[in-house]
Amino acid sequence: MSSISRFLTSRWGPIITGLVVGVLAPVLVKLGNPGNMGICVVCFNRDIAGALALHRASVVQYIRPEIIGFVLGALIAALSFREFKPRSGSSPLVRFLLGMFSVFGALVFLGCPWRAYLRLSGGDWNAIFGILGLIAGIGIGIGFLKMGFSLGRNRPAPKALGWVMPAIMVTLLVLLLLAPQFGRDADGNLTGPIFFSTTGPGSQHAFWAMSIAVGLFIGFMAQRSRFCTVGAIRDSILLRDNRLLYGVLALIVAAFATNLALGQFHAGFQNQPVAQTNEWWNLGGMVLAGLAFTLAGGCPGRQLFLSGEGDTDAGMFAIGMIVGAGFAHNFSIASSPAGPAAFGPITVVVGLVICIVIGLTMREAKI
Amino acid sequence: MGNIKTVDARGLSCPQPPMLTQEALHKMGNGTLEVLVDSDTALENVSRLAKNSGWKVTVEDQPDSSYRIILEK
Repeated sequence: MSSISRFLTSRWGPIITGLVVGVLAPVLVKLGNPGNMGICVVCFNRDIAGALALHRASVVQYIRPEIIGFVLGALIAALSFREFKPRSGSSPLVRFLLGMFSVFGALVFLGCPWRAYLRLSGGDWNAIFGILGLIAGIGIGIGFLKMGFSLGRNRPAPKALGWVMPAIMVTLLVLLLLAPQFGRDADGNLTGPIFFSTTGPGSQHAFWAMSIAVGLFIGFMAQRSRFCTVGAIRDSILLRDNRLLYGVLALIVAAFATNLALGQFHAGFQNQPVAQTNEWWNLGGMVLAGLAFTLAGGCPGRQLFLSGEGDTDAGMFAIGMIVGAGFAHNFSIASSPAGPAAFGPITVVVGLVICIVIGLTMREAKI
Repeated sequence: MGNIKTVDARGLSCPQPPMLTQEALHKMGNGTLEVLVDSDTALENVSRLAKNSGWKVTVEDQPDSSYRIILEK
């Protein structure tokens, strides 16, 4: 077991993790997940928000077991290798906001960095603009880091605090399996409080046990290998360290090959699954998301893995993503295949201004 | 060892531990730098960064399960 761990923490770890994600994500599409969405941390949080009725967009409501698996898989890895270290206190409220704004940006593009790479691997060329935006956003974030930006230090916390995010995930799993219906609609029919889509992307999913198994496996591997789809670009530019970047490249290559093998590669800009073709806002949305992820220290997947290790500040970011996804649909921010929504572009601009203010003002407090 | 420079990166998010270490190493050129971290990820990142730029890395486990990394060149 420890030799596997040593391998995963070596320079090969992110590559193996990327290969595993690159194969399993298109397989999940084959097993029922939406097109080019074998794994999308933001989209899946959006579906969870919908299932909990934080928004009522009826086509994107499902409690995605992959998210639950990510956190619990990372928890198992952290417990197995003595890395479960509950901690808190590094600007949790700002991290909550960054989680919200990252989702606003990503839902204008229609995908997190994981899905941007997976969309590219499936032949969706709109992803190119999203990835360029992501790189630009990370670049801006690096500028703030070099200027001394910091969300401050976390502190060791009581063991119990580290179990809160895993407990929330177990609760989501129970809600997925029981799907309680005790609300009433205007006609007196049973409805909610848990909602699952009957049409649209929310209705498309692999069998839950398969989804959670994949999530647990990736969560375990990624906790050990420190896989991060934003850190990959950040470390390459900032530290000239390509360890994580090779992981992302492995993901893209493996997903491309798997999509080809499964007949899921369709090159072009038009008629791509759960995608819109406005290149400027595909780019702009991901500038915002890339900046917010960089200021928070990692991609949405990494935030989930960290929350499984006991990092409750990363947990706040993850909860911010779910709440933000609710707002994104209620306030007409999230795009649809028809294009950007009414308030998507202005929200990207406002979000960028707020993230820039955060980047300029947050410094480690001197005690 | 009486007057060595210290980077205290305990509790800081990625990528601050390796970034602060890199800045300190660049300024020093050579000598001895002590880096304090409290996560295995930061330990790996700081160690890898230092080794890649030719520094000798020694790690001491601390009683509070943090790490003291000594970098020498």
